[in-house]
Parts: sequence; structure tokens; C-alpha cells
Amino acid sequence: MPHSYTPGLTVTEQTTVRRRRMLSLSGTVLVVAGETVRANQAVARAELPGKVYPLNLANQLGVAPDEINEYLIKKTGDPVQKDEILAENKPLIKWFKTEVLSPVTGVVESVSTITGQVLLREPPRVLELLGYVDGLIVEVIPQQGVVVETECSLVQGIFGIGGETWGEIVIAVTAPDEILLPRHFTGAMKGKVVVGGSFISSDGLARAKDVGVAGLVIGGIHDKDLRALLGYDLGVAITGTEQVGFTLILTEGFGTIPMAEKTFTLLSAHVGQLASISGATQIRAGVIRPEVIIPKRITAAHSPATVLQREGIRIGDQVRIIRDPLFGKIGEVASLPSDLQKIPTESEVRVMEVCFADGSRVMIPRTNIELIEGC
Amino acid sequence: MTEPSATSNPLNVIVATDCGSTTTKAILIEKVGNEYRQTYRGEAPTTVEAPFEDVTRGVLNAIAEIEELSGRKILDGDKIITPCRDAKTGVDIYISTSSAGGGLQMMVTGVVQNMTGESAQRAALGAGAIVIDVLASNDGRLPHEKIERIRTMRPDMILMSGGTDGGAVTHVVEMAEYISAAEPRPRFGATYKLPLIYAGNKDAQPQVRKILGEKAALVLTDNIRPVLERENLTPARDKIHDLFLEHVMQQAPGYKKLIEMAGAPIMPTPAAVGVIMETIAKREHLNLIGVDIGGATTDVFSIFEGLFNRTVSANLGMSYSISNVLAEAGLANIMRWVPFTLDEQTLRNRIKNKMVRPTTIPQTLDELQIEHAIAREALRLALIHHKSLATALKGIQQERTISDVFEQQQSGKTLINMLKLDLIVGSGGILSHAPRRVQSMLMMVDAYEPLGVTRLSVDSIFMMPHLGVLSMINERAATDVFVRDCMVYLGTCVAPIGQGKEGERCADYVITFPDGRVDKGQLSFGDLRLLPLASDQKASITIQPVKQVNLGAGAGVSVTREVQGGVVGLLLDGRGRPLQLPAEHDAKVAMLTKWFKAVDLYPKM
Repeated sequence: MPHSYTPGLTVTEQTTVRRRRMLSLSGTVLVVAGETVRANQAVARAELPGKVYPLNLANQLGVAPDEINEYLIKKTGDPVQKDEILAENKPLIKWFKTEVLSPVTGVVESVSTITGQVLLREPPRVLELLGYVDGLIVEVIPQQGVVVETECSLVQGIFGIGGETWGEIVIAVTAPDEILLPRHFTGAMKGKVVVGGSFISSDGLARAKDVGVAGLVIGGIHDKDLRALLGYDLGVAITGTEQVGFTLILTEGFGTIPMAEKTFTLLSAHVGQLASISGATQIRAGVIRPEVIIPKRITAAHSPATVLQREGIRIGDQVRIIRDPLFGKIGEVASLPSDLQKIPTESEVRVMEVCFADGSRVMIPRTNIELIEGC
Repeated sequence: MTEPSATSNPLNVIVATDCGSTTTKAILIEKVGNEYRQTYRGEAPTTVEAPFEDVTRGVLNAIAEIEELSGRKILDGDKIITPCRDAKTGVDIYISTSSAGGGLQMMVTGVVQNMTGESAQRAALGAGAIVIDVLASNDGRLPHEKIERIRTMRPDMILMSGGTDGGAVTHVVEMAEYISAAEPRPRFGATYKLPLIYAGNKDAQPQVRKILGEKAALVLTDNIRPVLERENLTPARDKIHDLFLEHVMQQAPGYKKLIEMAGAPIMPTPAAVGVIMETIAKREHLNLIGVDIGGATTDVFSIFEGLFNRTVSANLGMSYSISNVLAEAGLANIMRWVPFTLDEQTLRNRIKNKMVRPTTIPQTLDELQIEHAIAREALRLALIHHKSLATALKGIQQERTISDVFEQQQSGKTLINMLKLDLIVGSGGILSHAPRRVQSMLMMVDAYEPLGVTRLSVDSIFMMPHLGVLSMINERAATDVFVRDCMVYLGTCVAPIGQGKEGERCADYVITFPDGRVDKGQLSFGDLRLLPLASDQKASITIQPVKQVNLGAGAGVSVTREVQGGVVGLLLDGRGRPLQLPAEHDAKVAMLTKWFKAVDLYPKM
């Protein structure tokens, strides 16, 4: 029977995750199935074809395109050094000689007698693909990549910037609703994953960069500070390639929002442990959320991965309200009325009743809550 | 794939889905008596992404909702029961459109950017694609920059054009060489060749085949610009549709299954909406502008003097792309539509929070008003984009007569003439699901600033894509449902062109209603007046504008027109064109509040 689900973010002490590590083009896999790997270990390698430089020889020599073969010194497939002669004409008077030098070191890839163009290609660049998490290789996809599995604690954020990195977890505040201030940063946090509370300002972000933290995990920031950090207004949430000095993960959203107690408690329990983090976010088809992975241990004998099952929402589930006016508040599902209800905008929608810690209850549109998943 | 059963079986019960980037919408269409009606509707989150990565899960979930509501058994496990077994079991056909997975993303190439480059762009857009880049020999980029660009983009398909038949081949062959050197890879997977359509100078076909035949899934078709003065877009568009099904859809998660389930070819959503828009315009001999504002993109369609154009603004939308609307329109342009005080930081954070949680809905009135403000700007920007592409062919010689001496028009002038516009059709969540229909009407009027007399309508519950694909297999069923259940006429907007001080006389009007009642009045600058006029009613209106004001017949010239009613009514818009709002904040809030109250836009204003 098909069922609907409410999307949620996972915060769990114990799970098994698999990360597919794929080269962007065919290459060589450097590890075998059953091998344990480290986060910073290369698991596959590929050679990225070098840049292509087109050169219109016919124009430079002042000849017709179909004549250029007669003037070429280097033929298709020949290696060529920068400033080496590629082609030359042979005039009767040597003063009129024209030599065309190669602008790059590489090979002559092709010669076109229709356009008079020669394509030169630079040597390939080696790309190394790292393991990203400490774990076990459970699958090798020949020439393409591997699947790494790890038993771990997992925290998914809502939004992030910056790529994959890793470092020891440090908790910089005493409570999930505390603001992370510049003074909380110390030199000892260099290369670490620093966990804050509800908010960090632009001054705090600047200080984090100065100290050289590897990553920041925080409840929220202001959009204007994100804009200042990136240097532009982010239009669409497709991130992961930004280079701002560290990887940033928001667990709750934009604004000053206390980190969920569950998230803060989990991260606090792993102070000093190595975490692999990624700020990559893609809020479109094939959704990707930023993540903090804290591997437990590496064992050679692997059991099948336990994939978290998303189920329909149930009474008692912990949920986060993700729209104003109660944005960021966390409560429990108290009831799930099936009838449509009219909300203040006059829309008729399906709702749920949410109970907060102080005992108060409110009706919230079902689309405006998010499950905090994981046990 | 199941063969279309339109001819073999009578189609009495049809289930159709549209797999959008966020939601999969299903509708049930049944033959009731002698006519087709849309009877039930269901929706579920689209499941292209993890953990499901199978679009058919969302389809089955949406259909299951219809099953629950209608009591009809449609599903047998993961299969749709076709054809109908009895009055309460099965459907005669299942059909679908799709824009999930980012839609169809294409890169196009031409020789001259604003000639063959634009023609290629129009061909791709008309086929329902998102154009991610237009490369041309004269686009200002150096050759190695072009190659690098082709390498880094991962389109679903490339369309190459360039040159007129019999003309020089050098430039188009050069572009083929760049593409070959870049070795472009498709977006989904690395195991198949990238589809590439060549629709340029036919004399260059042998060379293009030699250069690209091995590196891409090359398809050759007729030149889209065989001569400078004529575009021939249909063959290229047909090839795009074929390749979309044969290659691209086969790679997206679960689409192989979806194609097998469907009784007719899956269409890209914008292509299906385009079919419906074109049908309306042709049937009623109208000039129209249609808009489909979604979560990620806004599609604009226009048909003027029979010429169809479509554009997609890939990053203007109300959820995934909402933050980009802010970036492109600027904060001030959004704030000018917000009828209360709100600080910049709060607005920015709210917009970003919608971006990262795109499926949430406004829960309070002020949140609704903010979303409506953003929608006005997204609609406005998408129309500006459309106007720039819906143009006459550029670069061709124009015959001028003595009468043209004083009107030096450039070639490539936009085809959009707001004074000749008859109908605006709105679709997409924010317009179709606005709590009050007048909200949809005013959003479109504010964004498009129609001139003179213009009728407006909205897609009732967002079913134009479904009807577009249905019209391919059963035109009558599509027309029946379109007329009776889909198209909701909102009413007519009468907007004089000109500006004046608030309260000054703009025009005098006399309206004769169908019951013989006559309403005489004066429209002042700054006035917005809504008069009831039901959908099946027509009234006659005579407007005498003041001497600097124009209603299409010239400044100060009286105009008499028959106007059609709608669920909202007749809107007399004396706010002036171009529409200008006070720059000062308090005055702006007071003005918006006055307008919104005048048309009863929101509850308890």
C-alpha cells in the first residue's frame, strides 16, 4: 500500500551509512572490496584530459584551410613543447618566413582542413578521489569508484556551504540556545569541527576563518551574513563548491534559532572524536543535505547496511516547526485530525496538533513541520 | 510501451499525472453522460530523489489518493488496472507529463548569436526545454572558453544550428570541432552517449557526421533557418521530443517504468501546457499570454497574430528559486508590494527559509502577502525575459514604404503588444491555489500591467499539463474538461494608459449591464474599482478618457467595448500606466491598503 511521508532530517546516535564515491570520469580504483580506508585516503584516481587550445593556422599562415598539412611541422598525435614550432611557411626570401609557435605544452589533437584549425591539448591532470569517511569498502564499481560503509552517528543539517572535510569535534558553547561569539574561538580550534548554539554573527564567522577551523555547525545565521561571507546573493540552494575557508552547516535555518536539544546532546557526546562533514546542499530532485558523520569503528566483517526507513508520521513523534510564526520550535505530535481545516490565510489544509514542552498545543499545517528522525 | 488505445478502446475513464519538481498531481477524468468531466484529484510528493529514487512511487501515491476519494479501484499492487473492468474498477488509459528531475536541460549552438543562436533557442524552448547556455561563433567568448564551458555543463541534449542552406560551412564545422574536443557528457550517468541534434546548414552534414558521429548520439534534421527570412522549427522540435523519450527519460530514476505504465508518450510539462495555450488562442482567435509559475521555474507562453513563443525563466519560482527572485528583482521591488512594515533582515531570512524548506505554505496572513509580493516580481521578471525572446526574426532586411519613414522600427522587435492582448491565462500553485480568486487576478494585473481592455483567467486546480497530453490522444475529452472544469474566467481589467495626480479625473465611464441597469461614474487616478459581473454575463462599457489618457484608440478618444464577466468581475484600474507606487514607505502602505480593501483582497484588512 503506498504511503505518504513527511520529509525530515536525521539525527541519530547509531546508524550505518554508505557513501558512493564516484569519479567524474573513468579512471582507476585504488582499493579492493573488504579493505578499510581512512577519510583522507585516495580510493580512486582519474586523469582529467587537459585543456584544449584551438589555433587557426590557416589564418596565421595566410593559406587556405585545405593546404595547412603542407606547412605542419608537428602532425596529429605528436607531442609539442611550449614555444616549439608547430608550423611554418617556406618563402623564397627567408625574411618573409612565418613560424607558428605552440602556446602550450601538450599534444596535437587534431588538424582540420575545413576550418584550418589545429587543436592542442595540454597534459592530463591527475584527480584523486578521497574516502571521505573512515570505513569499509563494500563495493567496487570498476573504473568509476567505490561504496564506503561506516557505522556512525549521523546529524543532517538543513543547509550548508563548502565541501567535504574532517576534524575533531569541539563544543564551543554551553547550551544549544547560546550564541557563538568571537571570544569563544581559540587557537586550539584550528582544523577542528566547532559546534555552536543558536547563532553566529559575521564577526564570529570572520574569527572562525582567522582561527582556521575546518568546519562550523550552528543553529542559524542571518542571510545578510551569508551574503557577506560568499560575496554574492545565493539564488538557488545548490552548494558544496564554495571556498570561504571552512565548511558551514546550519542545523535549523536562517535567523537565531536554538539548535535542537537532541542534535546538541549528540554532538556533545562525541567531543574529541573525528567527524567527516560536508556542506553540500541540493534542494532539488536528488536532494542532498549537509551532514556530520562520526564513524564508530572500522570492522572488516560487515553486516548489511541498515537504511533508515521513513514512515508515516505518528502521534508522539518529535517534530520541528519550519514556518513562521512558530519557526524553529520543537514539539511532539499530539493528534492528526483527518479533516481539512481553515487556517488564517483562508486556505483549507491538512493539519496536525503539536504539543510543546510547556504543555501548550497548536494546530500546524502538516506541510509546515519536519520530523526529527532517528533514534 | 503500451500503444495509445485511443482508437482501439473507448476512453471513458482516464487517469493523468503531472510529475512536477515538488509534487506529483493526479486527476481522474470520467465520461459523465455525454461529456467528459474532471472528477477527483490527488497529490503526493514527487519521488525522484533518495530514498525512493523512483518517480513511479509518487505517481502511485497520488493515484492512491484518488482511489480513496473516488472509491474506484485503480491500482493492483504497483500496476494500474487498464482498461476498465467494470464501473468501479480500472481506468481506460493512464497518461503523464513530467518536469521532475530538473526538466529537460539543453545547450544550443548557433553561428550568429541573435540569428541562428536565437532560432535554436526558440526551437528548444518551444519543445519544453530549459536552455542552460547559448553558444555562438560571435558570443564574445574565446574558443578555449567555449570548449571549457561545453565540458563543464552537463546538458541532457545539445541542439546545433548555424548557417543557411547552401551558405558557408566553416563556422558551423568549427563549432562541431569545439564540441568534439570538449567531449560533453550527459547529466544522468556516464554509460550512454549524449543526444545531439544537428539542424544547421545541410551542406555541412557530412562534416558534422564525421566529427561528431562517434562521440555523440547524433541525429540530423532539417535546418531551423534554411534561409535568413524564415524559421523552420518544427522538425528540430519533433526530434527533441523523440530524443527526450528515447534517451533522457530512460536515464532518470524510475522513468523506464513510468514510460511502460503510460498509454501514450510522456510529454515535458511545458510542452503540454504550450499545446493547451495554442489551442485556446487558435480556437478563439485571440492574442494571449499564458504563465505557469512553479516552484523552480516560470514558463511564459504567448500567441500573437498566430505566432507561438515560449520562454522559461529557469531560476524564477516560488520555492526552490524564491531566493533568486529576491536576488534578481532586488529587495525594494519586492517590498513595494508588502502592505505593512517589515525589516530587511526578517524578510531575507524568511525567503531563505522558504528556499531550504520549499514545501512549506504560508500560515499567517502576512506570510501570504509576502509570497504574493514575491510572485508579482517573479511574474514581472519572467515577462520581461519573454518579451526579449519573443521577437520577429533579427538581421533580415525590411521593406519600408513611405509610411514607415516616421516609424523607424528595428528588425527583431518584440511581438508582445499589450494593447492587442486579449487574454491572460495564469497557472501554477500560487495562482491556482490562491485562497481568493481576486488575489490571482490582482497579482497578474500588478505584474503585467495590462493596457486597455484585457480578460484574465486561471487554471482552476492546475490541470493544464494533464489536458495538454490528453489532447494528443483525445481532443474532445481535453476540450470538454478544459471548458467545464479547468479554465476559470476571473473577469476583465480595464486600464487606461497615462498618469496623473491621485484623485484627479482619469476617465468617465458608462456601463450597461445585461439586465439593462446603467452605471455611470468617474474613475480617478489612484482608484481601483471592482464591479460584479458574473462569468456568463457580458456588459457594454463606454469610456471617455481625459485628454492625456489613452485607451487604445488615441489620447482622449472615447472607446466602447463589450466586456466579459468572471468569478471576480469587472476591474476598473485607474492607477495609471506605467503603474507607479509612492516611494515613501507610509504613503505606499496607505496606498496598497486602500487598493487591497477596494477589491476585498484579504480577510480583515
